[in-house]
Amino acid sequence: MSDALTQTNKPDEKSLATEGSPQSGRAGGLLRSTLVRHVGLMLLALVGISLLLETVSPFRVSQLGELTYFIPAVAGLTVLTGLNGQISLGHGALMAVAAYTTSVLLDQESPLPFALIILIAVAITALVGALVGAAAARLHGPYLAGATLALAVGVPGLALYFEETLGGEQGLSVSPPRASPNFATFMADVTGESLSGQKFTAYLGWALSLLVLLLLSNLVVSRYGRTWRAVRDDEVAAELAGINLGRARVLAFVVSAACAGVGGVMIAIITRLTAPTTFTLVLSITLLVAIVIGGLGSLVGAIIGSLIVVFLRPFVTDLGAEGGLNAAQAANVAPLVFGIVLILVMLLAPRGLVGSVRFAYLTRQAARQAKAQR
Amino acid sequence: MQQQQVPPEGGAGSADRPGSTQLGTDSEPGSRRVETGSGGRASGGQRFEASGITVRFGGLTALNDVSLHVEQGEVLGVIGPNGAGKTTLFNVVCGFTKPNEGSLTWRGEPLVGLRPHKLAGLGIARTLQGVGLFAGLTVVENVMTGLHAHAKAGFLSALLALPKSDRDERVLKERAMAALDSVGAAGYAGRYPGSLPYPVQKRVALARALVLEPDLLLLDEPAGGVGHDDMDELGETIRHLSGRMAVMLVEHHMDLVMSVCDRITVLDFGKVIANGTPAEIRENPQVLAAYLGDEDDDSGLADADSSPQEA
Repeated sequence: MSDALTQTNKPDEKSLATEGSPQSGRAGGLLRSTLVRHVGLMLLALVGISLLLETVSPFRVSQLGELTYFIPAVAGLTVLTGLNGQISLGHGALMAVAAYTTSVLLDQESPLPFALIILIAVAITALVGALVGAAAARLHGPYLAGATLALAVGVPGLALYFEETLGGEQGLSVSPPRASPNFATFMADVTGESLSGQKFTAYLGWALSLLVLLLLSNLVVSRYGRTWRAVRDDEVAAELAGINLGRARVLAFVVSAACAGVGGVMIAIITRLTAPTTFTLVLSITLLVAIVIGGLGSLVGAIIGSLIVVFLRPFVTDLGAEGGLNAAQAANVAPLVFGIVLILVMLLAPRGLVGSVRFAYLTRQAARQAKAQR
Repeated sequence: MQQQQVPPEGGAGSADRPGSTQLGTDSEPGSRRVETGSGGRASGGQRFEASGITVRFGGLTALNDVSLHVEQGEVLGVIGPNGAGKTTLFNVVCGFTKPNEGSLTWRGEPLVGLRPHKLAGLGIARTLQGVGLFAGLTVVENVMTGLHAHAKAGFLSALLALPKSDRDERVLKERAMAALDSVGAAGYAGRYPGSLPYPVQKRVALARALVLEPDLLLLDEPAGGVGHDDMDELGETIRHLSGRMAVMLVEHHMDLVMSVCDRITVLDFGKVIANGTPAEIRENPQVLAAYLGDEDDDSGLADADSSPQEA
């Protein structure tokens, strides 16, 4: 009991000291700010990514660029599925909504500023997410999977139906935005070589990805993250705690859809072609594979999952080709390996990579604490 | 009534206080303390009333014209043989089940269209059968969730991690720690519920309900799964709580009910068959018949005054 008392009193004293007296440690106060910590982390990541983009081969740059349409979408999905317990097979379709919006808006004679296009595409995707989320809030497990599956199958079909505006089977070709002269000159001055369009796209993608990760990590540690997890764990208790279940679920869906929207914008300008074949069910399932491998509900896990999905495919395809398979056979090695990896993760580490590490740490900590109490 | 302002456990008083001072100095505008007024807590005006509640599930009448009330500072026990309708009654009170007939009144105003998530804002808290803790949240996060209705920071400040959000979280955390401390579980704040012994989980669940400082506390089988040693402590805790709020409890353990309740309402087949003090209930022939007629129930009233053997 005395142990308990000291533990409660400590945070009290600390917070009173920092709030009451301005002379108390400023650095410590700053680090206590969630925003300062998260922004600092993201700036570090941005510096690291910039160094990477400047040193690796153009092929790796294209892969790093490809990562940036996975990361926002996977991060959004892991919040929805991992933290709020809602499964979605429709995130590929949500990406399609954003990608088509971006493509159509870029295809105008005098297109809007690209930043505005991003905002519009994300807002429209969030709106679609709100509609889907409102329907999804009443569904559970397989029913929810089924309803979102319908989305994944139906949305690409819309592109065929509205062939005039959405390009039908052929799709819409996208002319990616160019770097502003100021940024291009700046980069040329710093790196000593002119900024390629591909590299600019990768920079843009990473800036957006890190922004999404920043905002999501803010939400996850806030009371919204806690509310989502509470709803996932016990509906009745959450309701009694004053949580409006429907509102919490729809909000999670909207946030998740907005993230998928950012992914959709990036997929449009990276692949330079927005066509129904890009947004098949396989895309949605690939996103799910990424969150399961990385660890449900973990943003770090979302990054790791995206890395595995993006880098494993060419790696095993090459491996297959070297092993004497023809091109068509080699292309099918990747889905096979994804399947095997998924089964292995489910069997050996059902919490995913990050989840397993975290669980091992918590178990050890609990054991140590139990020992100390004895 | 003389127990007002006394913290639930004597030893915890010192730690309880910083939390409550925090509340006052941080001056939360929408706080329930302000809402109810300073006199509200002491005046005993917190009356909960259910009248003429009837619930039918298809052809089955689960509750038939049930009326009861509970006042501030009072512990009302709701007992009855299995299937008497106790849980249905609780579900009606919480808004999970809509009654076919009857009405609920709280603080003199009718509760119309009650929804479970509105309860917390009304100053009503409920614990669940079992524990109902969130397995994926730490103990302190579990209790902080209980304060959901009191959180101020909006979505935008959470999304951008504005200082307002941090400050809000800090206040919630301090209040949660104070509540945990008051049930003697502060030492487990960082642990996950699954790793804790069952009685500790029960105490955490109680802290989650108490952190709201409710005016009406609904306890659904608080003694379920609790060993005999902890039972006395539980009884004492409930008695202390009644100094600050109205308590309504559904419970199977007769000795606990008899020792902590001021009044008892007995349900049988969805009807109120008796209402009175523990002493009156013990002597009531209808109650005895209802219980003795139930062969499965071996914790019957007859055992109540002799020392019970089953844990």
